Amino acid sequence: MAGKIITISSGKGGVGKTTATANLGLSLAILGQRVTCIDADIGLRNLDVMLGLENRIVYDIINFIEGRCRFRQALVRDKRFPELYMMAAAQTRDKNSITVEDMSKVAREAAEISDFVLIDSPAGIEHGFRYAVAPADLVLIVTNPEVTAVRDADRVIGLLEAEELAPAQLILNRYKPELVRRNEMLDPDTVIDLLAIDLIGIVPEDDKVFGAGNQGRPVALDEHSRAGKAFRNIGRRLTGEDVPFEALRKQTFIQRLFGSR
Amino acid sequence: MDETPITLKGTADGILLKPRSHVWATVLEALEQALKEAEAFFRGSRLIMELGNRELTQDQLASLRALLMRYDIELWAVLSENETTVRLVRSNGILTRLPKDIEAKKSPDDVLPPEQQALFLQQTLRSGQSIHYAGNVTLIGDVNPGAEIVAGGNIIVWGTLRGVAHAGAFGDEETAICALDLQPSQIRIAGYIGRAPDSRRGSAEPEIARIEGGQIVAEVWGRRG
Repeated sequence: MAGKIITISSGKGGVGKTTATANLGLSLAILGQRVTCIDADIGLRNLDVMLGLENRIVYDIINFIEGRCRFRQALVRDKRFPELYMMAAAQTRDKNSITVEDMSKVAREAAEISDFVLIDSPAGIEHGFRYAVAPADLVLIVTNPEVTAVRDADRVIGLLEAEELAPAQLILNRYKPELVRRNEMLDPDTVIDLLAIDLIGIVPEDDKVFGAGNQGRPVALDEHSRAGKAFRNIGRRLTGEDVPFEALRKQTFIQRLFGSR
Repeated sequence: MDETPITLKGTADGILLKPRSHVWATVLEALEQALKEAEAFFRGSRLIMELGNRELTQDQLASLRALLMRYDIELWAVLSENETTVRLVRSNGILTRLPKDIEAKKSPDDVLPPEQQALFLQQTLRSGQSIHYAGNVTLIGDVNPGAEIVAGGNIIVWGTLRGVAHAGAFGDEETAICALDLQPSQIRIAGYIGRAPDSRRGSAEPEIARIEGGQIVAEVWGRRG
């Protein structure tokens, strides 16, 4: 049976799409799933760096699409998990090098050999976004508790709905309870109420994410990272496990009782 | 020539234009005048021109398209009984027949004047999405920031209105905007513009906004003096 194709998208740049893709790839691999992560951000590739696989790239997605290598050759095997693969974006080309059909073909091939295919979408709502979401069975919308990020997420959800593409679920990333308490950050309930889609996880702000990304060792591998735990929980939810939403949301509830009103 | 040079009306398929004057320049002039008066309403919509037996030249077609383009309106279809015109229009990539047969439809929609017709929607209207309608609009759901509803008549939102709403877009100052939770970034009624207060008041109650004493006033529903 073909694996599930999940596109990670956001509209706005810099909210943590690539971080989420790398961490969810690892979280699913930890659970023993066969995973292929595809970097669809042609011309601005980053996923390889986050996963610490940059120096192993031989062929990229464009090489495969243009028939210069076989599918398997374009996959880079992870150094930690033998069933986690990554397909790199081409750094020297741009988004116009790929059509919707090309991306769908790549995603389908990947789904043949994986339980999960994760596609890291480029920012924006143009061609790059469109080919990235076209093959998806599910789109994970990453947003931050900021007005601008939420508005862009809303726009993306609207486009998915209008074109009757895949269903969307929400990852609220870089959440800081203390800022919410001081009314300096949007409350998760406000975000969820506005976007009106299902929540699959809230990832707290965690300084470890920065170092981890730079060192190619995502926080999902770190037992002590709060963000890492949140990503691992999302991974478990993706496999169908019922993982309760803990602490974070309770905090906002208590804060509501004693806080701003 | 005391007849109006054009008739323009909103239909479910788009704006319907019928040129009356035989002088093309007069037709364009009258159209531009009409578009100018309700620019916000027409922007982004599509136009259907019904020509009857009249013959249209390439130059006339091009000038019409250029005018519509300035108002961000698509020339969607030209309905004509004249074979030369039909060929010309088709060669320009414009429809000469509507996808659904208009004649077959004799719903109340066709009987009522456009400003009394109503559109009913049940969805979340999200950032970047917009509804333009000549009559009244009722939406069950939220209007999110960055979304807009422009209506010739009244607007009722059974949900939270956070985006932009414009009622009475043709100039009807008797229209109103109602929402269960009215916190729009901007509301407009006819030619009046109301901006959201910079600080939000407390709990959400259904409100109705209309023009009173030369400005837009929002009142809590059921607590009117």
